[in-house]
Amino acid sequence: MTTHDLTATVDARNLSCPMPIVRTAQQMKTIASGQLIEVLATDPGSLKDFSAWTRSTGNTLVEQTQENGVFHFIIRRA
Amino acid sequence: MMDEQLLSLVLFSGTDDKLNAAAVLTAGAAALGRPVHVFLQYWALDAFRKDRIDLDHGLAPEAGPEGRKAVDALRAAGQPSWAETMRQAKDLGEVEIQACSLSMDLLAIEESDLDPLVDGVEGVTAFYLATGNGQIVFI
Repeated sequence: MTTHDLTATVDARNLSCPMPIVRTAQQMKTIASGQLIEVLATDPGSLKDFSAWTRSTGNTLVEQTQENGVFHFIIRRA
Repeated sequence: MMDEQLLSLVLFSGTDDKLNAAAVLTAGAAALGRPVHVFLQYWALDAFRKDRIDLDHGLAPEAGPEGRKAVDALRAAGQPSWAETMRQAKDLGEVEIQACSLSMDLLAIEESDLDPLVDGVEGVTAFYLATGNGQIVFI
């Protein structure tokens, strides 16, 4: 995993759908265009949800990894 | 308004599971930037009374005891209530919640009895005008 310059972290572990996306969308409003956000989630729907959400909103899914049941996403604001 | 992105939800049922399903659909749409128009009828409207919104509204009959256990476990794990999910959806996006005027009469509810989540009262004609040719989901 490469090191990124993160502006904010959303810890959505143990939250069910759609809270990981809702928290991320809220946090995204507080950062500037081009900045990076990190999201931790355990909801199994997260993989497809974050891929669909970034495509639809124009934000970029820079990186996605999974470790010990925790999904880790890095998203760049459009 | 003829917004093809608009999601129109008619909430009829007043049990916590169906209200939560509706809140999840609302919050998901709000996160995608889709406007949502919610129309509250009958038992769903009753659940939006400010003195009842945070109470237990039971579950649909098909839930059974196992469903009750599953829902309780989710809440105990920190999942927000449907009312809280609706509040977050309204903070996040363009979500308008309107009470059905017929249901207001039927249940003898005044606008001041309703939780601040509810933006106003409208009839079915105003609801259809807001919906345009868009899709309507009934829960």
